[in-house]
Amino acid sequence: MSTSRIPEILRKHEAALLDDWTREQNQLGDISHRLSEADLRAQSRRFLQLLQEAATRGDAADTDTEAFREVRRFLEEVSASRAALGFSPSETATFVFSFKQPLFNQIRASLPSAEDQLAEIWTATLLLDKLGLYTMETYQKTRESIIARQQEEMLELSTPVVKLWDGVLALPIIGTLDSSRTQTIMENLLEKIVETGSELAIIDITGVPTVDTLTAQHLLKTVTAARLMGAECIISGIRPQIAQTIVHLGVELGDIITKASLADAFRIAMQRTGHVVVRKAATSRL
Amino acid sequence: MEVLKSDSLPIRTSEDMVSVRTSVRKFATELRFGIVDQTKIVTAASEIARNTLDYGRGGDLRMEALSNGTKRGLRLIFTDRGPGIRDIERALTDGFTSGNGMGLGLGGTRRLMDEFEIASKVNEGTTVTITKWSR
Repeated sequence: MSTSRIPEILRKHEAALLDDWTREQNQLGDISHRLSEADLRAQSRRFLQLLQEAATRGDAADTDTEAFREVRRFLEEVSASRAALGFSPSETATFVFSFKQPLFNQIRASLPSAEDQLAEIWTATLLLDKLGLYTMETYQKTRESIIARQQEEMLELSTPVVKLWDGVLALPIIGTLDSSRTQTIMENLLEKIVETGSELAIIDITGVPTVDTLTAQHLLKTVTAARLMGAECIISGIRPQIAQTIVHLGVELGDIITKASLADAFRIAMQRTGHVVVRKAATSRL
Repeated sequence: MEVLKSDSLPIRTSEDMVSVRTSVRKFATELRFGIVDQTKIVTAASEIARNTLDYGRGGDLRMEALSNGTKRGLRLIFTDRGPGIRDIERALTDGFTSGNGMGLGLGGTRRLMDEFEIASKVNEGTTVTITKWSR
């Protein structure tokens, strides 16, 4: 059981605290364009209720206990919704920290002895600091999980293998070829080769800004693996500056067919697979 | 020789590699290097930054925009406090690698840039300084 007077103060002065706190939050920064006054007030009221229950049941200065579970859960919700609404970390934590002033005032007004006031203000500081930091931490975690999800999405998005013709696949690579992405790209291509029984794959690197030795090595490995599966690769989209850089680096592309554009590579692919592309008007003139 | 502008970047994670390439390209563009030289500089930066990260256990990049009166230049200084390189001549030989790369990074970078300097002390770290001048 708590010996602190805080639960009692929270209970007795709930309405006044809520008014003061809402005013305080509005003064600290205008957030009305992202969160309505009514929602903010509802959030604040809920927090006050949960805090009061928790502080009555447990030790007001120890927020890691079972008694504070609901408070922690509520703060997780608040910080997740604020992160999603585009609040900054400090704007998010301000929700808790802005409660200090109203609570301190109420403690001062409720307790006659200066000594008691000081002791309770200290307890309140510990309590709200911990809860505020917890809010920050949760905010951080939410943001991290958003970033992780976006990274995964990018990985998925950026490596499509498309079928150009019967037996001809194209892999347009966009971005940099660091190792984890290369792994995904390689797997996608090899799977698609098996699935479609393709004999030719065009790897287009028009969208790759820098081809350094590691990128070149990854490309070579992909081509070798495809060969082992019975498919030949053509690398297209080699711009003049990339060609010069590859030469200076001393990278040997061996007997891999390379072309400047995807169109050139496609023409080769058609020839290799025994197709002839003829313009209709030209045939009618014969 | 005058340093017009400079900037520093950390090379600690593979994400930093992306900002190294982006920042170097921005510097090179500002110095009005052509697209071929830009690509060469960025590729060289990518090579050395990866060495700093993989072999030097991370370090820093300092970028300097230079002017020597008639020409503009971009100097990149990579510093790490890693294990150092025991035999620099050997490290510069094409095809030699202590890891599992192609062994072309250092030699290739020397060919891509106008100036190439490497200073290394075993157990103390390595500094690679590369410079490209406008033509």
